Amino acid sequence: MAISEQQAKRYARHFSLKEIGVRGQKKLLSSKVLVIGAGGLGSSAILYLAAAGVGSLGIADFDAVDLSNLQRQIIHKTENVGMPKTRSAEIAVKAIDPNIIIRLYDFALTPDNITDIISEYDFILDCTDRFETKFLINDACVIAEKPYSHAGVVRFEGQAMTYIPKKGPCLRCLMGGVPHDAVTCKDAGVIGAAVGVLGSVQALEAVKYLTGVGDLLCGRIFSFDGLTMNVRVHSMPGADPDCAVCGGSPSIKNLAENSRDYFIQSCNNGGDDV
Amino acid sequence: MVLINGTKTDADGKTVEEYISQTDYNRSRIAVEINGDIVPKSKYDSTILNDGDTVEIVGFVGGG
Ligand SMILES: [Zn+2]
Repeated sequence: MAISEQQAKRYARHFSLKEIGVRGQKKLLSSKVLVIGAGGLGSSAILYLAAAGVGSLGIADFDAVDLSNLQRQIIHKTENVGMPKTRSAEIAVKAIDPNIIIRLYDFALTPDNITDIISEYDFILDCTDRFETKFLINDACVIAEKPYSHAGVVRFEGQAMTYIPKKGPCLRCLMGGVPHDAVTCKDAGVIGAAVGVLGSVQALEAVKYLTGVGDLLCGRIFSFDGLTMNVRVHSMPGADPDCAVCGGSPSIKNLAENSRDYFIQSCNNGGDDV
Repeated sequence: MVLINGTKTDADGKTVEEYISQTDYNRSRIAVEINGDIVPKSKYDSTILNDGDTVEIVGFVGGG
């Protein structure tokens, strides 16, 4: 792949970074990243991945843009209220760079369809808003041996980690299982700038993974409290040898057979879509 | 003393379950590691924090 004059200008600040340079830019341009969820986390993640020159972006979301999203979901605009979030996100990406190849998935990812979709991508971002879906993505990525970035945010706080197959713990190792106590269904408040921090961390992890530089949040959890500005990177290197999905003798080998785990309890307000 | 998230804490002799119950952590949404090894939730009430242990506890939130 040759770098055009326009690209040389667009990515000049990347070329000045010894960690990225022309070599890293070519890798980004030939990479495919899937972002699941075009809400709060997805907003900053998608915009930064598009700006960074990731050549091919998949965007999955089954929701439409609501006026109440705009307080934090900065990829969406007032004029696009009512539009599918995937389409609204596509417009924003094309405005940054019309050359990016975009694939939209305007439906819910399920145990039946997720494996085929993630198989097309080099790296996946979990920007969803419910633990049930976060565990579906985790288990699908573990079984398909796909690297992915996890994050979650409510109020002023959140966390992020990166799963690299066979190199560190997965979400199930760490949390044990899906917390079905439906707390994420409550109408929790959230501040946009805090979601933006975590979405940016996810984009950064993707860029680092794709270009092969730096230290990923693999076996480490980035914990952020925007109210106190307490930040900690928890070192959690150990995968659970008895983990139900990534352990030595896993009980979860088939997503469809485990689908009860991913079933979302009814949420009157459509969930904690922050 | 037990080093919990980088802070020396007087939790010697307590089980993980006992320590967690004194905090704001929600048991179903945390991960606990002691000296680099994950403590499964089923072992919270039988795992004792010892003097000199290095413990990491992280809370998870699910929004996005
Ligand atoms: Zn695991």
